[in-house]
Amino acid sequence: MAKKSTSKQKKMQTRVDFTPMVDMMMLLITFFMLCTSLSKPQSMELAMPSKDSDNVDQKDRQDAKESSSMTLYVLANDKIFHMDGIPDYNDPTKLVETTWGKDGIRKVLQMYDEGQVLKMMKEKAALDQKKAENSAAIPDSIYKNELKAIKSGKLKDGTVQPLTIIIKVSDKASYSNLIDVLDEMQICCIGTYMLDNIKPDDEKLLKAKGVAY
Amino acid sequence: MGKLKIKKSDVWIDMTPMSDVMVLLLTFFMLTSTFVKNEPVKVIAPKSISEIAIPEQMLLTVHVDSVGHVFMTTSDQKVQLKALQTMIGNYSGIKLTGEQMQKFKIDPMWGMPMSKLSAYLSLDQDKMPQALKKSTGIPTDSTTTGDKTSEFQEWVRACKDAYDEIGSEDGMKIAIKCSADAPYKNVKKVISELQDLDESRYYLITNLKKNKED
Repeated sequence: MAKKSTSKQKKMQTRVDFTPMVDMMMLLITFFMLCTSLSKPQSMELAMPSKDSDNVDQKDRQDAKESSSMTLYVLANDKIFHMDGIPDYNDPTKLVETTWGKDGIRKVLQMYDEGQVLKMMKEKAALDQKKAENSAAIPDSIYKNELKAIKSGKLKDGTVQPLTIIIKVSDKASYSNLIDVLDEMQICCIGTYMLDNIKPDDEKLLKAKGVAY
Repeated sequence: MGKLKIKKSDVWIDMTPMSDVMVLLLTFFMLTSTFVKNEPVKVIAPKSISEIAIPEQMLLTVHVDSVGHVFMTTSDQKVQLKALQTMIGNYSGIKLTGEQMQKFKIDPMWGMPMSKLSAYLSLDQDKMPQALKKSTGIPTDSTTTGDKTSEFQEWVRACKDAYDEIGSEDGMKIAIKCSADAPYKNVKKVISELQDLDESRYYLITNLKKNKED
C-alpha cells in the first residue's frame, strides 16, 4: 500500500475489453447469415411471337432450307425426339428418339447438316475466351453484336446456314424440360428457334410411332 | 493454509484480432447479400446455364408452383396497392376496408381468387401464409368473370397500369418463376394469357447450373 502513495506517476491502463463487442458482432453475423440468400437467381430471356403474327411465321419458315431445319418433340416422361428436315407427318420412322445432355441432343444438333453448329460453337468459345482474357477490350455491346453475327452464320471463314429449330412441347412435359431444351439452343448457338404446341398432325404422328406424349 | 493459496493467473484474452475478423465478415455479408423474400409458396426454379440478371425494379413476377397454381409478387408495394384498387373497381361485389388494403399492401405475395380475397385479408397476419398455401392461386381461365379476360390477365393489366402511373421509361417487366416439375400445360396457359395482352418478353427465372457439360 505504501508503494502506491509514492510520487511515481501511475501508468494508465488503456486496455479495452472487446468481448461485448465480439458478442454483438457474432449476433449480427448470425442474423445476416440466416436471413440472406447469397446466390441470386439468374434468368433466361424468352420472347414469344405476338399472337396475330402467324403470316410472318409462314414467311420465316419458307426462308429456312429443308436440310438445315429440325423439329424437336419434347414429350412426357423426359423423352425427347427429333425429326430432321420439314416434318413429314406420314412417316413415323423419321422420328428418332434421343437423350438429354451432351451425348444426346447436343450431339444430334452438332452433327446435323454440315456440322455448322460445331463451327459456331468453336467460334463462340474463342470469343468467350477473348472476353475472359481481356474483358475491357470487348464491352457487352460488342460482345452481343459478335454473338449475333455468329448465330446468324457469319463466321470468320465464310458463311454457313444456321439451323432453324421448331420445338414442340407436349402438355405433359415438365417445365425443366423446356428450360433444358432452351439451354441447348443457347449452348449450340442457335438463334432461330420457335416454341410450338403439339398440333393434331403431330398427335397423329406420335400415335403412329407409339409414344406417349 | 495461506501458503496453499493458488496464484491467480491472468486470464485476459485480447479480443481485438477477433473483433477485426468479425467486422470483416460482417461487412462481407452486408455487402454481398440480398434479403430472402418471405414467399409463402416456395417455388424451386430449374437449373440453367443462362447468366442474365433479373431486373430489380419495375418487376412483376408470376410464380407457378408444382401443381400449376399461379401466384404473383411485385417489386413495389405502392404498385401492389394500386393494382388492388383497380381490381376492386372491376368487381363491384367486393368491398375492402382500409385495414384490409393495408394488409394486402405489405403482403409479400398474393394468389387468391377475387371471391375469396376479402376473407383472406381478414385473417391474422401470421395465418395468411398458411391460407395462401392452401389457395388455388389466381384463376387463369376466363369463365369466372363472364367476360373474355381472366382474373390473371386483369391483375397483370392492373399492375402494368400502376407501374405506368408511377412513371417509368421502359414499362413493366415480367418474370416467370416456375417450379421445375410444373407441368408445361400450366406454363403454356400463363404464357398464352400474357401473349393475349401483347406481353411477349419474359424473364424465365432459373438457378445457375455450374457444370455446362451435363
